[in-house]
Amino acid sequence: MKLMRDTWLVFGRYFSIFIHNPAWVAVGVLQPAIYLLLFAPLLKSIAHMPGFPPGGAYNVFVPGLLVQLGIFGASGVGFSLIAELREGVVERLRVTPVSRLSLLLGRAMRDTLTLLVQSLILVLIALPFGLSIQPLGMLVVLALVGLIGLMFASISYWLALVLRDENSFAPVIFTAALPLLLLSGVLLPMSLAPSWLQTISTLNPLSHAVTAARAIFLGNIANGNVGLGFLIMAALALLAVAGAARSFGRAIA
Amino acid sequence: MPEPEPVIVTSDLRRTFKSRRGAVEAVAGVSLEVLSGEIFGFLGPNGAGKTTTLRMLATLLPPSSGEATVAGHDLRRHPDLVRQRIGYVGQSGGADPDVTGRTELQFEGRLYGMDSGQARRRAGELLASLELEACADRKVKTYSGGQRRRLDMGIGLVHSPELLFLDEPTTGLDPQSRARMWEEVRQLRERGTTVFLTTHYLEEADALCDRLAIMDHGLIVAEGTPDALKRAVAGDVVTLGVKGQGEAALQLLRSQPFVREASLDGDLVRLYVDRGETAAPALLRLLDTAGLELTTLVMSRPSLDDVFLRQTGRSLRESQAVA
Repeated sequence: MKLMRDTWLVFGRYFSIFIHNPAWVAVGVLQPAIYLLLFAPLLKSIAHMPGFPPGGAYNVFVPGLLVQLGIFGASGVGFSLIAELREGVVERLRVTPVSRLSLLLGRAMRDTLTLLVQSLILVLIALPFGLSIQPLGMLVVLALVGLIGLMFASISYWLALVLRDENSFAPVIFTAALPLLLLSGVLLPMSLAPSWLQTISTLNPLSHAVTAARAIFLGNIANGNVGLGFLIMAALALLAVAGAARSFGRAIA
Repeated sequence: MPEPEPVIVTSDLRRTFKSRRGAVEAVAGVSLEVLSGEIFGFLGPNGAGKTTTLRMLATLLPPSSGEATVAGHDLRRHPDLVRQRIGYVGQSGGADPDVTGRTELQFEGRLYGMDSGQARRRAGELLASLELEACADRKVKTYSGGQRRRLDMGIGLVHSPELLFLDEPTTGLDPQSRARMWEEVRQLRERGTTVFLTTHYLEEADALCDRLAIMDHGLIVAEGTPDALKRAVAGDVVTLGVKGQGEAALQLLRSQPFVREASLDGDLVRLYVDRGETAAPALLRLLDTAGLELTTLVMSRPSLDDVFLRQTGRSLRESQAVA
């Protein structure tokens, strides 16, 4: 089918750009890695405090870090689309018979793959510090991060098409991402928060993703929280992809 | 010999943009025909609506109203079918700077349905004929302006379209690269491709185009072959220096049948004639017979700027300088 062929072609193109620029992968891992090295050790002293989830500092912190990677790493993909719009690349592709949807899906696939590679690297770095994870758990967590990445990449592309300018794009992305981040219990678990903050955080779908990720790292893959987290993220990812696809279709018909 | 088929036919094509200051009619009703195998040009100052028209015809911008048939298909109803048969080279090209030229050509080929072997072979052909083999495997961002433009053209030609759109193909190029691009465009015509280009360079329109349309403020103000346009409007200008006897010379020459207009500027008699090459000998004989001494003779051919000036009251060169 044409959509599949075109998506594969587009994915191949962006994947090859990714392979030839491995520095980008490292840059994406840098920020979480710094948090891991410089912030996580501080959690060790409060790890046995009441209200702190079980598992040890790293088993509590790293899942949050992965979600953070998913949010921030994926949110930045819109920049490259803005650059392409400016360079005339998108326009040139529009004149060809290539499927419009494939232009979005192919990129999103590449972005998700990048994210998974970065997640793997992060986990590998954290293992010597005391992080524990089963191989099956690793796969499940990667799937969850993949969904988060898919959602934010789609939103990022949609925003890029709407704003078309780095100077307006950057502030919107980062201003929106920060409260989401803080309210999902990524840096410090929400169980430490006052009840009003906890209530607000339950409205944040990402806090459920973080809870799910923490459960997986504890080895409770069959936990109800895991199921809930997956369900929420899958639904949001689907919505985001569908929304971005429509926007792509209209903006670059 | 059969009449060449029109490759593009438009009827009252219009495009309006809404801005904060209200609606702007960038293209205010363009009706034209482009014949198969010709190089057709759109000449006009920046902002005339040339690029907007071209982008509509290349299916990148929907017309606000009007009809058009491009490469045998209805532009508004079947843009997807139009896309199969056209190539497009935008003002800034469309090659990704971080990718090699060869990769771009191959990718483009695959988008048009070629398998990887066909795409590779086609890329090789184009790289050879556009003399890009030396830089084929370097990233596009390392290319010179001329190489970049040739690559852009190659990308537009990957699927051997019957119609190629070129938006300002030589803007920003040095004279050598420009001459090279002109050669490429002429070769395209040799091979039967129809070329539709926009330009604000008079020399380019004059040297390259079989036919052209001059555009200003969204409308076509003149259309035809460069020669026909120039002849119809301006004629040749012959400027004679007749020492001390300008008045006499003026009276003698102004009544000649091949002189359209005559004026005196100090010692210089300026004549607009139909054909300078036949007028000059006749003028010399007349002046000689009348005993008037000719000191200088300058003949200038009309330019497309004269055509533009006549139709719009503005000089294209001046409006370029201001823009």
